[in-house]
Amino acid sequence: MSLDITKERGTPLERQKFTWKEIAGEPYSKLDDDAFTRVRQILMHGVEQEACRLKHFAARFCPDLRLPLARVRRVEHLQATMVNWLMPGDQSPLETTIGFEQVAIEVTAHVASVEPDPYMAQVYRFGLLEDFDHLYRYAALMDRLCGKDANNILQSYTDVMPGRPTSVEHRAPEDDLRRHYEKTQAAPLTKIHAALITGSEWQTRDYYLTIGPTFADPVARQLYAEIAAIEEQHVTQYEALSDPSETWLEKWLLQEATEVYAYWSCYSQEQNPRIKQIWERFLSYELGHLRLVRELMEEVEKRDPAELLPAEFPDPLSFRSHREFVRQTLTEEVLLRARGFDIVPPDLESPASLAYREQLNASGSPSELVAAGYRWKPGTELTDRRVREAEFVSLVQEEAAQ
Amino acid sequence: MSKNDRPTDIGINRTGIALSPLDGPRMTEGATATAPSSAGSARDAAVLRFRYAVEAGEIGHMPPPLSLRGVAGAAASLLKGQKGNVLLDKLGERLAFERTGVRLYDGLILKLEASGSWSGGPTLEDLVAFRADEARHFEWMVEAMTALGADATAMTPSADLTAVESVGVLQVISDPRTGLAQALHAQQLAELADVAGWDLLAMLAESLGHGELAAQCRLALAQENLHAASVARWLKAHAETAAHGELARAS
Ligand SMILES: [Fe+2]
Ligand SMILES: [Fe+2]
Ligand SMILES: [Fe+2]
Ligand SMILES: [Fe+2]
Ligand SMILES: [Fe+2]
Repeated sequence: MSLDITKERGTPLERQKFTWKEIAGEPYSKLDDDAFTRVRQILMHGVEQEACRLKHFAARFCPDLRLPLARVRRVEHLQATMVNWLMPGDQSPLETTIGFEQVAIEVTAHVASVEPDPYMAQVYRFGLLEDFDHLYRYAALMDRLCGKDANNILQSYTDVMPGRPTSVEHRAPEDDLRRHYEKTQAAPLTKIHAALITGSEWQTRDYYLTIGPTFADPVARQLYAEIAAIEEQHVTQYEALSDPSETWLEKWLLQEATEVYAYWSCYSQEQNPRIKQIWERFLSYELGHLRLVRELMEEVEKRDPAELLPAEFPDPLSFRSHREFVRQTLTEEVLLRARGFDIVPPDLESPASLAYREQLNASGSPSELVAAGYRWKPGTELTDRRVREAEFVSLVQEEAAQ
Repeated sequence: MSKNDRPTDIGINRTGIALSPLDGPRMTEGATATAPSSAGSARDAAVLRFRYAVEAGEIGHMPPPLSLRGVAGAAASLLKGQKGNVLLDKLGERLAFERTGVRLYDGLILKLEASGSWSGGPTLEDLVAFRADEARHFEWMVEAMTALGADATAMTPSADLTAVESVGVLQVISDPRTGLAQALHAQQLAELADVAGWDLLAMLAESLGHGELAAQCRLALAQENLHAASVARWLKAHAETAAHGELARAS
């Protein structure tokens, strides 16, 4: 299956319209829909948020592009809203969080496994093992705070076990920067991957910052604060992959190509017919955006945008379990650390990162605390008689004894 | 199709591990084989929660009293000091809960109109009458607080918490995907809280010497007992009818 993006013209911008009824349409079912429907919904909201964000920054630097940016950005905003409003009201923020980490794991695993540039692939594998650990910490929180099973959300596609421990993911800023691709040499897919994962991580950072303080429980509040800090590092890492010498129009073009690729991937694998129609409609909208930016590029930069785009996309993003790939990466690379632009063995970690981490964890590590001795079990750890019937010891008496 | 017969239909619920005969066992095997990154148990987090609980301030406090001028002499003396604030906090709680109760019944009435009832289930008149009860209870609380010289628009600490407690009730009732029976099951929580709330308030008013207020609370309590019993009866009728597969005919 392939998509020829030069032939497809898409929906013209003036016909990209919405009503509030459509925007606030029927959500997916948390119980009945496949977990990958939620994965696609979360991913695409991240992609649309990135589409808006990039266009806002571009508008600050490019007075001549402000009007076309505003016009396309308005559609991106309404797309973002409609996609995000597919989330159902019975899905709690913590359940959605489990979904966010499943996105980070499964989509990054796919990207890492097909990324043509070996350095970039290593960076994705590095980040993957960190989000993998976040899932385990949040699953422990869900079990021990709420008495709920994270696998009701994951549907057995994604393992719940420690990755690179979150407590050691805290690094000095200089150790989160990475080398960027060279725009004249990198494959189009390399550029698309960077835009896709950066957008996804940014929305994760924003989401945790937004919902973290809606929890009353101090352990949850600490854990969200801690993991949001790692997502901020992930944004730093992934945005560093893009070539800073790309023009704003080049970046814009790539973002639209990323949206086309992502919606096309969603469309090709969606099982919910109603949601599949949304992916199809938005794929056509994005082809319209892409065409508009191609014309702008010809007009403004007097260059052929075809040089920057693949003639056709390779295989779509694969929305499926990457269990084997993740486990293998875990076995081989969980101990790796980052130093400067490089992924290095643990003994080469920078003193700056070690000092930064020691300071942040000085009053205890939320992610270690929440998952102390935790092993995920189907139906929660309370299905284990030893946990269920553990002897009660009064904290006050223990405190007094000390 | 009425939504009232939907909940227990067999669909494609994918949340259970048994639905993944290949992936499920791999999940369990992987999680069992991997050691936690640190030793301990849920107790470690409990220690932190304990620390926070010991150190934390409060959610909020009662507003300062308005001028006691205009408040009848006897009532004013009854309201002085800590006792007065305990009573006003609880009056504020009832006020807030009953006011939200009106909105919950708005949601239930809408559900009934959208999806119908069942044999032994509520009629529109039942729900409209109960809504009127909640509205009247709210009005009584506004009057009681005003008579005691309190600001009936203030959100007291108990009023705040009672709203947090019932967030889920509102969420279930306002979801267009839930049926009337599911929404009434949520309302049952509110009605049981109503009963307990009026019972406590009647006792408190009595013990602080507010005889008239106590009598009014007992009247409200009788009505809430009827609400709670009715909701329980409707839900039992629904469960029975559904279990016998007779819902389609009943609605
Ligand atoms: Fe878009
Ligand atoms: Fe993460
Ligand atoms: Fe991340
Ligand atoms: Fe777009
Ligand atoms: Fe009631």
